Amino acid sequence: MGEQILNQLVWPIIFTLCVLLPLVIAVAMYVYWERKIIGWMHVRMGPNKIGPLGLLQAFADVVKLLVKEVILPTNANKFLYYLAPMIALVPALAAWAVIPFSDKMVLSNANAGLLYLLAMTSLGVYGIILAGWSSNSRYALLGAMRSAAQVISYELAMGLCLVCVLVLAGSLNLTDIVHAQAGKGMFGWFWLPLFPVFIVYFVSGVAETNRAPFDVAEGESEIVAGFHVEYSGSAFALFFLAEYANMILVSFLAPILFCGGWLSFFPESWGVIGHPSILWLFLKVFLFANLFLWFRATFPRYRYDQIMRLGWKVFIPIAIVWVLVAGCMKYYGWVHVGTGG
Amino acid sequence: MIDPQMFQLVCFYAFAAVTVLAALSVITLRNSVHAVLALVLTFFSTACIWMLAEAEFLAIALIVVYVGAVMVLFLFVVMMLDIDQEKLREGFVKYLPVGLIVAIAMLVEMLGLIGVRIMHAQTMGDNPATAAGLSNTAWLGMALYSQYLLPFEVAALILTVGVIAAVALTLRQRKGVRHQQASEQVAVKASDRVRIIKMAAERSADSEPTPAQESKP
Repeated sequence: MGEQILNQLVWPIIFTLCVLLPLVIAVAMYVYWERKIIGWMHVRMGPNKIGPLGLLQAFADVVKLLVKEVILPTNANKFLYYLAPMIALVPALAAWAVIPFSDKMVLSNANAGLLYLLAMTSLGVYGIILAGWSSNSRYALLGAMRSAAQVISYELAMGLCLVCVLVLAGSLNLTDIVHAQAGKGMFGWFWLPLFPVFIVYFVSGVAETNRAPFDVAEGESEIVAGFHVEYSGSAFALFFLAEYANMILVSFLAPILFCGGWLSFFPESWGVIGHPSILWLFLKVFLFANLFLWFRATFPRYRYDQIMRLGWKVFIPIAIVWVLVAGCMKYYGWVHVGTGG
Repeated sequence: MIDPQMFQLVCFYAFAAVTVLAALSVITLRNSVHAVLALVLTFFSTACIWMLAEAEFLAIALIVVYVGAVMVLFLFVVMMLDIDQEKLREGFVKYLPVGLIVAIAMLVEMLGLIGVRIMHAQTMGDNPATAAGLSNTAWLGMALYSQYLLPFEVAALILTVGVIAAVALTLRQRKGVRHQQASEQVAVKASDRVRIIKMAAERSADSEPTPAQESKP
């Protein structure tokens, strides 16, 4: 009996912590790296006072946020006000259950992994809407409305992109999707046959995480900070954590779905550098995560109607057409899908 | 030792209880936003029950479609409405008899259905997906796109007609509204907006005096 409990209860919890704790630390370091990168792009130093090279800045910020008071606005809906940050965070963390890090390293090798991801990412918007509504503030409500409309629009485009991937891979299982890209180095990955969809997917990912240039939900210049304007202290920290966890999630998904996950850039026949490894995955994730920061440092914010037009009139038509193209590729055998493993 | 079947049964009753409670609170909660959230919880726990019944695809599709999209729009609308709670409660007693009659009729119908099922005493066959050795999603896809292709396409057509009808009902053509034309904005040339005039960098000494100088006494 003891062994059964150990296998069914203790080990899964330990494995889950092995994913979540590094994730939280990664979020802290990502925030630091963001401030550094944007600083360099603006020709300034970025954080450099706390710890060597300012490395402890993020942790100092966390401590600061945790000891601050959480303020409840007048006439706010107390229950929903405190519930909203948790609702925002839980789907952002739950989505990591199906992310494969390498061939065998995955918490849950679910067959419907891709669907599960879609379900989890679509739940995160509730945290934003409830935060906006429950804090009894005009700015917050406006931010929540913008965010809800934006997330729903881009989720459609994102869903259609995922359809293209699963048509080619023939599976909803993320590990199988990576295996389907094995064989020919970087030219066997799905970014090549699905190039327009790959771009649409990543840009939709940026829009869905409410990041610049699609951050009208926060829009500092118009609605102060959008849905979380009334939040302070640890409640704000939860929103922050959810947003950055979602960014890292999108940075993981883009390589897994389109860029061969843990597969090497080079064909397997090239010896050591052709071997699949978790380091390849981390390298790709790092590149995609940097794109988020680069976008933020360089692009001006989109206007709201421009965001809607881009989503509905450009991305969704492209994705729909490419679903047909992907179907043809599969049917006529234009794309060779590896089985790997 | 935890008996897996027993555990499944306990889970089922727990999820079912949450579903029923949430469904009840949809119609009893005073705050309409709370009622919508209770509806979200109802969908979510229903999805959990379907998951127990090994209908993974349907369960996740329920969450993606209803919880992730439909209910968000619902919440969106309810938040924007300023509903007068007192006015809504006024008609409660007046409509109570009608409501009760409808409820009793539905109850009788449901009991009748359950009775018919019991008399037939059909035992459910094995899970067809497991029997075919496919994943739930793959089997459902096979069935929908081969065996049931015509009904599936008809359903899709009806939904499309519904969407077009909804758009047609709400589409108003208003006069005098100025829209931005993205294609025109992109196609604009610099020469349409800015005129560059060549002129000397310095004024020659014998040029006419400026108006400011003229006004001086």
